Amino acid sequence: MIKLENIRKVYSTGKVDVEALRGVNLHIKKGDFVTVIGPSGSGKSTLMHIMGCLDKPTAGRYQLNGQNIQHLNDNQLSELRNREIGFVFQNFNLLPYASAYENVEMPLLFAGVGGKKRKEKVESILKKVGLADRMDHRPNELSGGQKQRVAIARALVNDPNIILADEPTGNLDSTSGREIMELFVSLWEEGHTIVMITHDPRAKDYTEKVVTIIDGLIES
Amino acid sequence: MIIKNVVQILRELRKQKLRTVLTLFGIFWGTTSVILLLSFGMAVKARTSETMHGMGEQICIIWAGRTSISYGGFPKGRNLNFYNGDARYLKDNVPLIGDISPQYTRSLPANVGAKKQSFLVSAVWPEFKEMRNMIPREGSRFISPIDEEKRRRVVFIGNDVEKTMFGNKDAVGKIIYIDGIPFTVVGVLIEKQQDSDYSGRDKDAIYMPTSTYLAIYGDRFINNMVARARDINQTDAMKKAIIAAMAKKYRFSPEDEQALPIWDTTEMDQFLNTFFNGFTIFLGIVGVMTLIVGGIGIANIMYVIVEERTSEIGVKRAIGAKKRLILVHYLIETFVIASVGSISGFLFSLLLIFGINQAPLEDFVGVLKVNPTISIASILIISTITFVAGWGPAKRASNLDPVVAING
Ligand SMILES: Nc1ncnc2c1ncn2[C@@H]1O[C@H](COP(=O)(O)OP(=O)(O)O)[C@@H](O)[C@H]1O
Ligand SMILES: [Mg+2]
Repeated sequence: MIKLENIRKVYSTGKVDVEALRGVNLHIKKGDFVTVIGPSGSGKSTLMHIMGCLDKPTAGRYQLNGQNIQHLNDNQLSELRNREIGFVFQNFNLLPYASAYENVEMPLLFAGVGGKKRKEKVESILKKVGLADRMDHRPNELSGGQKQRVAIARALVNDPNIILADEPTGNLDSTSGREIMELFVSLWEEGHTIVMITHDPRAKDYTEKVVTIIDGLIES
Repeated sequence: MIIKNVVQILRELRKQKLRTVLTLFGIFWGTTSVILLLSFGMAVKARTSETMHGMGEQICIIWAGRTSISYGGFPKGRNLNFYNGDARYLKDNVPLIGDISPQYTRSLPANVGAKKQSFLVSAVWPEFKEMRNMIPREGSRFISPIDEEKRRRVVFIGNDVEKTMFGNKDAVGKIIYIDGIPFTVVGVLIEKQQDSDYSGRDKDAIYMPTSTYLAIYGDRFINNMVARARDINQTDAMKKAIIAAMAKKYRFSPEDEQALPIWDTTEMDQFLNTFFNGFTIFLGIVGVMTLIVGGIGIANIMYVIVEERTSEIGVKRAIGAKKRLILVHYLIETFVIASVGSISGFLFSLLLIFGINQAPLEDFVGVLKVNPTISIASILIISTITFVAGWGPAKRASNLDPVVAING
C-alpha cells in the first residue's frame, strides 16, 4: 500500500541545510499497524508528512496504492489527502469555533458529500468514538481525550485507506492516553491501516510492527 | 460547495464577533460618511444655484447711470435716462441680444374689498417671464403678447401678494384694484427660492403689460432693462454692444464705466461654478481617502485574520481543502464583511438623510438627496477596494505551506 524507496528530505533554511531524512525505505501493507519511534528531531514527523502527501520528498520514490506521488499537482494531492488519508495530530488541531459535529463534517464538505449522507456519516462516526452526546460541544468544552476522539472521528469520516497519527497521546494524561491507544487498536482490528508515531514505551505491546528512526535513517 | 462555504464562513464570522464587528463598523462608517458627504455637498450646491437662479439665469440688468467722463461737449456728471423706445432701439440695433424687456416700476396702492396695501408694480414685456424665471402656478399664466398688444388690464402677482390680498383663496380670475383701477389677475408666481434681487422680491411684486401701464401713467422714462444674450457665451460681447449703442444714442463715452451700470449674473454663475467644482472635487478626494483608509483597515484585519488562522488553514489543507477553496473562503469572507458593512452603511445614511431632511435646515443646506449614481459608485468603489485589500491576504492564505501552517 505504501512504498517508500530511498526517501530524502532536505530543509534549506537560509545558510544551513538540514537533512531530515537520509534515504528511508519502508513498506506498509494494507491492515498493518506500524509504530514509529525515535528520539526528538530524528525525522519522524517529516516522514509522516511525506507519507501523508503534505510535503514532497527532496529525492526518492513514493508510491501510494501503486500510484507515484511525485507527479501529482496540488489539487490532486489535496484530493488524495481528503479521500485516502486520515490525519491525527498531537495538538488535536480542531477548529476552535466549530462544534465536534462541524469539525468532523469538514472533510465531507471538502469532498462534496451531500447533506443527508453527511449527517448520517458524521453521527455514526461520532457514536463510534463514543461522543454521541458531545456532538454540539466546542473543543474548549471537551477534555483532551475527547478532543482526540473528535480528531480521530474526523480522520475516519471519509473512509481513508490509511490513518497517520503523529504522537496522538503526547498531550494526554496516561488514562486517556491508554483509552486512545485502545481506540486505535480496535480500529486496527476492524481492518484499518495505521501508522503511528509515539513515545509511548508500551507501544510495542499494542502493535505488530515497530520502526525506529534515528538521525533520518531507519534502524533495522 | 460555495453555499456550504458561505454557511461555514458565516458560522466563523459569528464566532469571531469582536473582530467582525470592528471591521464591519469601519466599512459601515466609511460608506455612511462618503454618501453623507457627497449628498451634503450636492445639496448645498443645488440649493445655492437654485436660490441664485431664482432671479434668473445668465441675465443682465441695465440701469441708466451718470457719466464720469466728459465727452462730446458734455461735462461729466450728467444723469442719463432710458426713454420709452430704448428697449426696442436696442433690440433692433444689437443682434447679440436674444431677449430684452423694459421695466417700469412704481409703488402703488392696491385693494381687494376692504383690504388695502401698497405694492411695487412693474410693467414689463412678456419676454420678462423667461429671463427672470417668472414661473406661473399651474392653471395660470404670465402677461402675454396679446395682453401687451390689446392693452389689457391684467396683472401677474407674486405669491405673497396673493396671500396678503386674497388670503388662502385662489386669486386667478379675480379682480384687484390698483390705484383704484380694476385689474384681472391672470397669473400667480409659484413659490420659488430667490436670494438676490434689485427692486424687492418677486413674490411681493405685481406685473402688468407696459402698454396698459403707459396708457394710465404715461411715463417717459424706463426704470431699467433686463436683457439676455442670444448665445450666453456672448454675454460680454452683448454688454459691450449695448453700451456702444447707447453711447452713440446718448453721446457718452463707450469707455465710461458709470454711464450704464450693468449687473451681469453670469459672472456670479461662473464664480459659483468654479467654486462648486472645486468643492465637489474636494469632497470626492475626501471620500476616496476615506474609502482607501477603510480599505487599508480591511487589508490589515484580513491579514491578521489569516495570520491568526494559519494553523487552521494548515489543518484544512491537511484534511483535503484545495488552494482555491481557501482563496475563495477568504475572498467571500472579505466580501461578506464588505457588503454587509457597505449596504448597512448605505441604509444608515439614507436614514440619517431622512432625519436631517426633517430638521429645519432646508434654508441652509437644502434638501439632501441620495444620488443613485454616486451611491452605486461608492458601493462599487468600496467593494473594489475591499476586494483588492482582501486579495493579498487571501492569496497568502491559500499559498501557505500546509506543514508549516500546521506547526505554526
Ligand atoms: N519546516 C522545517 N524547516 C527546517 N527544518 C525542519 C523543518 N521541519 C523539521 N525540520 C528539522 O528536521 C529535523 C527533523 O524534524 P522532525 O521530522 O520534526 O523530527 P521529529 O518529529 O522526529 O521530532 C529536525 O532537525 C528539525 O529541526
Ligand atoms: Mg515530531
